[in-house]
Amino acid sequence: MTIAADPAFAAERRRKPRRADPIQKVAIGIAALLAASALLAPLIAPYDPLAQSLLSRLRPPIGFERFAAGHFAGTDELGRDVLSRSLHGLRLTLALAFAGAVIGLLIGGALGLIAGLRRGWVEDTIMALVDMQIAIPFTLVALLVLSLMGSSLTVLVLVLGIAGWEQYARIVRAEARRLSVQPFLEAARTAGAGPVYTAVRHILPNLVSPLVVQFTLALSNIVILESTLSFLGLGVQPPQPSLGSMVGLGRDYMPTAPWIVLAPAALIVALTFSVQILGDWLRDRADVRLRDR
Amino acid sequence: MIAFAVPAPVLSVRDLRIAFGDVEAVHGLSFDIHRGETLALVGESGSGKSATALSILRLVEREGGRIIGGSVRLGETDPLEVTRLASAALRDLRGGRIAMIFQEPMTSLNPVMTIGAQMGETLALHRGLRGGAAREAARAALDRVKIPEPERRLDQYPHELSGGLRQRVMIAMALSCEPEVLIADEPTTALDVTTQAEILKLIAGLQRELGMAVLFITHDLGVISEIADRVVVMKNGEKIEEGRTSEIFSAPRAAYTAELMAASPRLGEGAPAPLTAPAPVLKVTGLTTRFGGGMFARHAATVAVNDVSIVLGRGETLGLVGESGCGKSTLARSIMRLVEPAAGEVELLGTRIDTLAPSALKPHRARMQMVFQDPYASLNPRMSVRDAVTEPAILHGIVTPRDRSELAARLLERVGLPAEVAERYPHQFSGGQRQRICIARALSVRPQIIVADEAVSALDVSNARRITDLMAEIQRRDAVSFLFISHDIAVVERVSHRIAVMHQGKIVETGPTETVLRNPQHPYTKRLIAAVPRFGGSGDRQPEPFVQVELA
Repeated sequence: MTIAADPAFAAERRRKPRRADPIQKVAIGIAALLAASALLAPLIAPYDPLAQSLLSRLRPPIGFERFAAGHFAGTDELGRDVLSRSLHGLRLTLALAFAGAVIGLLIGGALGLIAGLRRGWVEDTIMALVDMQIAIPFTLVALLVLSLMGSSLTVLVLVLGIAGWEQYARIVRAEARRLSVQPFLEAARTAGAGPVYTAVRHILPNLVSPLVVQFTLALSNIVILESTLSFLGLGVQPPQPSLGSMVGLGRDYMPTAPWIVLAPAALIVALTFSVQILGDWLRDRADVRLRDR
Repeated sequence: MIAFAVPAPVLSVRDLRIAFGDVEAVHGLSFDIHRGETLALVGESGSGKSATALSILRLVEREGGRIIGGSVRLGETDPLEVTRLASAALRDLRGGRIAMIFQEPMTSLNPVMTIGAQMGETLALHRGLRGGAAREAARAALDRVKIPEPERRLDQYPHELSGGLRQRVMIAMALSCEPEVLIADEPTTALDVTTQAEILKLIAGLQRELGMAVLFITHDLGVISEIADRVVVMKNGEKIEEGRTSEIFSAPRAAYTAELMAASPRLGEGAPAPLTAPAPVLKVTGLTTRFGGGMFARHAATVAVNDVSIVLGRGETLGLVGESGCGKSTLARSIMRLVEPAAGEVELLGTRIDTLAPSALKPHRARMQMVFQDPYASLNPRMSVRDAVTEPAILHGIVTPRDRSELAARLLERVGLPAEVAERYPHQFSGGQRQRICIARALSVRPQIIVADEAVSALDVSNARRITDLMAEIQRRDAVSFLFISHDIAVVERVSHRIAVMHQGKIVETGPTETVLRNPQHPYTKRLIAAVPRFGGSGDRQPEPFVQVELA
């Protein structure tokens, strides 16, 4: 092949990421650690997250005065182990965020694809819904729904899922519109491909990169939204721990026992950070143009 | 005593080496350009000619390349070493002493700025002109490139101008600071032949007027013979040959130059003889396609194709020529039912297909396939070559998914690509190779008709030649009929048995290729043929002498 001599090709090769860079490696490591901790929380948590021990209330983490043996990250106002609660909270938060992001992806992706390919009144209706979703502050809607329906986990997952669908829909519609006038789609049409075939075989593979990025963005957003709702008392209900509810309940003790907030807050930061970097890495991996031959 | 003193060149490139990443793209290139001289840099895509041009302006660094050796000197007396300039000095150089015009005039102009504002920017930067003075200078610059109504153009936006006018604006901007060197990188490739002829004439005239040196980059030998004094032939980043234009054309020394000339289509080379009464495979009658209009539209419908009737015989190639915007692509797309025609009939192998429902149309699609202009956009970047070339066959149930690889290998070999490339993705191929893949894809359903819409227009001459040769070979072997659409009459002549000339949505003239080209009847056909750049050993252009005789 003479293509190696083509400067355009050479330039393309230059952009090729040589596997993961150091920051990406760190982020992948953190993400893997968090995922493993979340999955294995019941096994690795040293205490029952709900078990109270009023005698060792508000004990600081290891290395401080009044440290209670065994409670490495300290205890909260009811003497519950902060580390165990954080691990279980991480497990619940991650599960909620994942389920929420997947629901958003499915709803938004499907509606966006239909809007991008069908056009006409179908597109107008879907995009009007998107505009409405953007125009109304979603936290208010979530508050309303949760206070009317009561805060069960099922309702919470649905609310979190609906929270981000419009972003997916916008991205998918724009990409689908752009792709639908590409000659390779016309070629498929002249070969006798129907709309469903072209959508599945031609459009979707080209949507993987933007969707992966949006998915990780949504994941972080949902973690934060869940934290907000739990903080406001409408998310995960006590005594069950989630990262957000722990931050919410711990805020009263900030001046005296900051560790109650610090542990879950640090996990939220680590989670959102590593997921973002992981998303960029996955996007590059999914792109055949950047893949090693 | 009389001595011949050769004046110092305006631009002198010595042993220039450019690399992209670890790949060296240009290996030690040297050439000189003198005042008032036009040097053409010719070569295939990937030969390093554009990289060279960008290096002279030091713009190559922005494209991910770097100059790793050699020198670029500017100026007759006290030459300036461009390769070592700091970025502030470079900004003065660009647009001031060296100006460049690019291939695509639409993307080189900022779509949200008026022409006047964009020209004012250059004038303010290099000549310190502002306000009324800048506007007057811009108007004068537009006047110089012979743009009609220059005053009105200053307040227009790029999209309001035609391609030819945009390129004139680009030239006006490039020349507004009276540069010593003008670099023109394929400035007419995106234009129609008639517009191209005007632009070439304009550049040559301005050069005489201003005495600039012009570095003209192109892959079109016809254009070179129209404009260049000297030619540098490049291949794979090396200079193959250098000489006066007439010498190169009459007696090329390097085998590669001869090859390039053989590949270049020239008008009057002869066309395939028309077939005697071939059985019609495609009959188009009174086809009309409109865009827009309708009950709520603000503008009346545009008629892109207007009452067109053509017949294509078995094993025949019908060449459809016309300028961009004449409706030839819309005609192809209407025949392929990618757009719905408003009136008329399309009869494919005895069946009217223009009224069929999509499901009823599908079996007929296998009989007629299409190859598109842009080989980069006509393959799905996320689909392997194996899946791409066999896709039509899978859709029509001609091949089972299990036999897919075998069919892919056979098809790739048919178009001259090794079977092993099936597992690769489109970005790993060059334009010519991608176009072969597109042809393989069309062939997968054994069609009787292939509609090739500007299928070789994006390729350089050698690749274009290989693709048209491949098409001819396919035609000989399988008696496939081609509807060959192109704006390049010379290419059309080479491949077509018959020719149809399209102008403003109508077929103005049709007949056997030889007859139409030798004896055009319609004034538009005559104009089109007259505009085609010609080349040969005769040396149409008398180069200006640049060697001065001096008494010493």
